Amino acid sequence: MNQPNTLTRIEDPAMAEIQPQQAQPTFSATEPAPEGHRTVGKITVDNPKMSARDVNVYYGEKHAIKHVELDIGTNEVIALIGPSGCGKSTFLRTLNRMNDTIDICRVTGNISLDGQDIYDRRLDVVQLRARVGMVFQKPNPFPKSIFDNVAYGPKIHGMTSSRAELEDLVRWSLEKAGLWHEVKDRLEQPGTGLSGGQQQRLCIARAIAVSPEVILMDEPCSALDPIATAKIEELIDELRENYSIVIVTHSMQQAARVSQRTAYFHLGDLIEVGETEQIFTNPEHKLTEGYITGRFG
Amino acid sequence: MNNATSPKGIYAIAPERRLGGAAHTALVQRRKAAEKRFRYYGLGALVVSLMFLVLLFASIIAKGWTAFEQTYLRLDVDFATDVLVPDGDRSEQALSSANYPALVKNAIWAAFPDVTSRGEKRQLQDLVSSGASFELRNIVMNDPSVIGTQRSVWVPATAFVDSLIKGQMDRSLPESERKLSDLQISWVDHLLSNGHIEKRFNTMLFTDGDSRDPELAGIGGAIMGSLYTMLVTLLLSFPIGVAAAIYLEEFAPRNRWTDLIEVNINNLAAVPSIVYGLLGLAVFINFLGLPRSSPLVGGLVLTLMTLPVVIIASRAALTSVPPSIREAALGMGASKMQTITHHVLPLAMPGMLTGAIIGMARALGETAPLLMIGMVAFIVDVPKSLTDPATALPVQIYLWASSPERAFVERTSAAILVLLAFMVLMNALAVVLRKRFERRW
Repeated sequence: MNQPNTLTRIEDPAMAEIQPQQAQPTFSATEPAPEGHRTVGKITVDNPKMSARDVNVYYGEKHAIKHVELDIGTNEVIALIGPSGCGKSTFLRTLNRMNDTIDICRVTGNISLDGQDIYDRRLDVVQLRARVGMVFQKPNPFPKSIFDNVAYGPKIHGMTSSRAELEDLVRWSLEKAGLWHEVKDRLEQPGTGLSGGQQQRLCIARAIAVSPEVILMDEPCSALDPIATAKIEELIDELRENYSIVIVTHSMQQAARVSQRTAYFHLGDLIEVGETEQIFTNPEHKLTEGYITGRFG
Repeated sequence: MNNATSPKGIYAIAPERRLGGAAHTALVQRRKAAEKRFRYYGLGALVVSLMFLVLLFASIIAKGWTAFEQTYLRLDVDFATDVLVPDGDRSEQALSSANYPALVKNAIWAAFPDVTSRGEKRQLQDLVSSGASFELRNIVMNDPSVIGTQRSVWVPATAFVDSLIKGQMDRSLPESERKLSDLQISWVDHLLSNGHIEKRFNTMLFTDGDSRDPELAGIGGAIMGSLYTMLVTLLLSFPIGVAAAIYLEEFAPRNRWTDLIEVNINNLAAVPSIVYGLLGLAVFINFLGLPRSSPLVGGLVLTLMTLPVVIIASRAALTSVPPSIREAALGMGASKMQTITHHVLPLAMPGMLTGAIIGMARALGETAPLLMIGMVAFIVDVPKSLTDPATALPVQIYLWASSPERAFVERTSAAILVLLAFMVLMNALAVVLRKRFERRW
């Protein structure tokens, strides 16, 4: 895997064009891309918020993410797609070091937020997770009141100086998450008593209450009905103005609807990255094409 | 194809074996009967176990309920000055060691002026418990002004009179096989007829310590001993157990050492309790020199015994907290400790409390380890501190159960009832706490 100067090579359009044709015969839906696969498409953006370089993740012996290089732009929604077990969620979790909680998980490579290495030993992981918020697949409000759910983050980070300010922040977050009008009369009621879609929006409100810079969303709509999904998607589109959003999704329509860029993962390899429109209309790589046209996945 | 008539592509099952055929109907009936039998087996097992429980309770209550009453005699006591303060010294010390037994003797002799012979007088004074003189001393010590006056005082009768009144003594037995002579029985009957004998609620049973005289023996000392022991056990085993469980569940890396620790904790939970007693004897008493027979050592030994139970229950409670809650808190930027104290512990608390209380209930009923550390001694005084010699309820039961007197038999059962009541209370507390702390939503 000695690939000096990887970036230059990938950015070289000639290389990107030639490569899939060379490798195509060996690609299959059930086997990883051959050793030394290089991502097709442009992995960099002009104003990156986060960038991952040569990221490898191992679960014990298993090599779950292989040499992934990807930039996450400021105020953009980037969708990570790919078949189950391809490593897109694992990659997402390396971005706010949630993988630290798994004993056997090991991450190598370099991930930076605003140019600062987030795996630096001196970096406070608690602060990182406040800057890089997360919304999970299953809505997971705390078994506390709606108010306390949203107020929890600001409280532990000491972000407000008075109760009034806290109430104001909670209201702002709930409004931002489009939930205020539905819950303003029952802030003291349990967050777990809301419907699935409301719970997920509550989780988003909770995440944005600490003013993160990046929001990671791990299949945020997979447990929701189409109407709730539509609301969340609308919300994601609005949030893009202020945050960078990385969303993992199984729904290609969703990726197409909400994201500006799309990255296709396959068994640990980042196969192709590009403008969402280009990925869905004119994928360069055979595997990407196979996945988005529904031949596997 | 072995059957040309059957339609193509369908296996030719014999008509009586098809669904609804004769053979199939019989099969269904057999299955239904078997399922019914299966249900009755379970019901039968339940009925049998309930019957045993009812039998146990019925026999204990039947034997024990009489102990909650005690026979008292009314004595017209003359607090004679010449007996109590022959030399005029009314100091507290002199009063406390005055000749109260003489007052009791004089009073009971006075009730039967006809009795004159020395032997009969002795039989007469045997009707009154030796506790009577303590009773009189208490009266005088509380109010020395009674000296020189006369007063009616209810004093406990001996256990034999008590048995007679409670109908536990067979009057038809020959006199030599009875604990009370014909003469004594006639006196008791006389006292009964003029209302000088009465059964009252037995407060001594709950307030007094052990005694050689069954009518004076109580479980007050044992209850206090048990309470002190439980206090030590609770204060040590709950925090230590919960802290150990949190470390093992939330912080410890999974490796060979933690596996070893886990296996050993599970093994320790199954170690016979008497082994802990031996350990306590060797370590706490012989090595550390802590006072023998004390609730402190008892509590330490029971802590050792309860810890594995608390740790296992607490770990189970921690594991049952959904990981999504942890992830949510960590994802918000909560530190590990904040995640645990704000979210995990409140959710795990009901399970932890239940485990701790079940462990405590087990420790409350534990006898064997306490025998090893000397809490089986005959201790009359009610313990006043953690280092006073004491006994515990189950040990008191063990001690009384080996006493042959009829009065101790009923007290044994009464003590068992009290112990069972404590157990039920603790388990009820566990249920209440669980309900209270349970996720309110």
